[in-house]
Amino acid sequence: MSPFDAQVRREPDIVVIDLHGEINSFAEAALNAAYAEAEATNPPVILLNFSDVDYINSTGIALIVGLLARARAARRRLLACGLSDHYVEIFNITRLADFMTLFPDESSALTGALSEGTV
Amino acid sequence: MTVNVQTLWRTVRRRRAAAEKSETAVGPRPQIVPVPEIAPNDPLVAYLQSAAGAVDVDRLDLDSPALRELKANSVKMVVPLVSQGELIGLLCLGPRLSQQEYSADDRNLLNNLATQATPAVRVAQLVRQQQREAQERERIEHELQVARLIQHTLLPKALPERAGWQLAAYYQPAREVGGDFYDFIELPDEKLGIVVGDVTDKGVPAALVMATTRSVMRAAAGRLDSPGEVLERVNEALCPDIPENMFVTCFFAVLDPATGSLRYANAGHDLPYRRHGDEAMELRATGMPLGLLPGMKYEEKETTLEPGDSLLMYSDGLVEAHDPGGDMFSFPRLRSLVGEYASGDSEELVDYLLTQLSQFTGPQWEQEDDITLVTIHCSTSHRSAWLADSDAPGDADVPRLLAEFELPSEPGNERIAMQKVHEAVAPLSLSEKVMDKLGTAVAEATMNAMEHGNKYQADKQVAVKVIGSDDAVTVRITDQGEPHIPEASDAPDLDAKLAGMQTPRGWGLFLIKNMVDEMNVINDETGHTIELIVNLKGDENVAV
Repeated sequence: MSPFDAQVRREPDIVVIDLHGEINSFAEAALNAAYAEAEATNPPVILLNFSDVDYINSTGIALIVGLLARARAARRRLLACGLSDHYVEIFNITRLADFMTLFPDESSALTGALSEGTV
Repeated sequence: MTVNVQTLWRTVRRRRAAAEKSETAVGPRPQIVPVPEIAPNDPLVAYLQSAAGAVDVDRLDLDSPALRELKANSVKMVVPLVSQGELIGLLCLGPRLSQQEYSADDRNLLNNLATQATPAVRVAQLVRQQQREAQERERIEHELQVARLIQHTLLPKALPERAGWQLAAYYQPAREVGGDFYDFIELPDEKLGIVVGDVTDKGVPAALVMATTRSVMRAAAGRLDSPGEVLERVNEALCPDIPENMFVTCFFAVLDPATGSLRYANAGHDLPYRRHGDEAMELRATGMPLGLLPGMKYEEKETTLEPGDSLLMYSDGLVEAHDPGGDMFSFPRLRSLVGEYASGDSEELVDYLLTQLSQFTGPQWEQEDDITLVTIHCSTSHRSAWLADSDAPGDADVPRLLAEFELPSEPGNERIAMQKVHEAVAPLSLSEKVMDKLGTAVAEATMNAMEHGNKYQADKQVAVKVIGSDDAVTVRITDQGEPHIPEASDAPDLDAKLAGMQTPRGWGLFLIKNMVDEMNVINDETGHTIELIVNLKGDENVAV
């Protein structure tokens, strides 16, 4: 098992949350704390970076749904990058991808966010 | 057509008080005599309907039984009560008490009386008729409720479960409840008796015969192995007591889920269809309906349902449904639909047929008879499931047990289950995509077992069994909880979750169902099992 960890980075006009390990019930406190830290400065866009995540279960999906609900309530855009093909499929099946744009990696996410005028 | 004639049978008194006093002293006493029946086709009816008013009976000369009866009863005068051209009643008068003829004044008085009385009599008749009809409707509705209650009480409350098999049943009574029934009978060695029948007649009598047939069938199936002998025994039991002009058509089969063997016999019921490949074949076996004649023999046949095969049993309410133009749904249409139906899912076949029926009959259709559908489907890997239980030895063509282990119900242990299953199926060279999907399905099913089955009690184990064959990988995950119906595996409502109207959780079974080719839920005495099946036929599932 890879214990969950999350770090918040502030890029120009966007805040990135780097996620590490497994997103399951054990990740709840750390994930929510990281998200609270990320939104403290009221950024218009938050990017979830999944490139170092190797497992997301249904509880993890529920946690991400919770973050997405918070972001939408605050009229904030939530993006995701670095998901493996398997989890991209799961984000599509669950329709999470309908509400958060998925990018292959961080650089494409930053570029994509700028080009879409969300920043 | 009937003529509703009410005959008022009265003598008439003189209105003048003095005369009345004198006459009653010497004349006959007023009396009421029996009302005669007037047949609708009696010529007197036609005559009176067109009469202008009061009619002297003695002056009539008609070949009329009613007229003869009136004369025999000393009726002298009749006054027809006609409403909208229909004779609805008759004032009948005997001789005047004064022994004099009826005067012109008397006739005028009687005609005025008839004019006044006719609408009142008509209203009274209509009210009485409505009351009778309401009572009759209430009686019929009550009888229908009793019939429905009997049928619903006796139909199976749940479908039996057999690993690798899917069963589905649909029953929709017509408003006037018919005698359809179906039943599943648990037999030794996990075998399953399947009954589909139809009692002639409707309502309570049919429901009672159905109840009797079901009881006798269950008793006979428990004692006899042969479906033909079972029907023979049921026929002997029904014949002495079944009401005249009633009988029962019935198809009875015994399925051995381990081998797919289906032995069956038929007592005059509509022939079931076996779907094999893209073709639907009738399962024929001859036999008279039950309850007609004692001493009948029933032909018994056997077939084997192979992986991918389906069997449809049904009642005539389906094939005898009519479209708005009067055409029947018919056997050929049903056979064609069963053959061309591509998916093997049992429940979906039922839905598909009902959709086709609805399109055929149109939206205004009033269901003419009960409709019963029972389907069984042999999944592509049913042998895997059964041979895994028997620990069959390894063979390239035979399913083999790849791994079997238990895990305590502690959060996070689903990752261990994933790891072990991945290791177990490694020799099958599955593609990375399939491995990922199988891993997620195993993890979610294990979490489901630990959380909902074992309530995360660490001393309760989750058992995992992995079976592999050339055709499929089957993973069975069993908890020690009480049998339960799992949460819905339909797509969760993400919009409602994002709006805060639903909990963000509830994705487990939905994910499982989307990760594997087949998911089955099995509740039995050993616990609650989720069975995951990944087919290996598609090239994309196996790594090149």
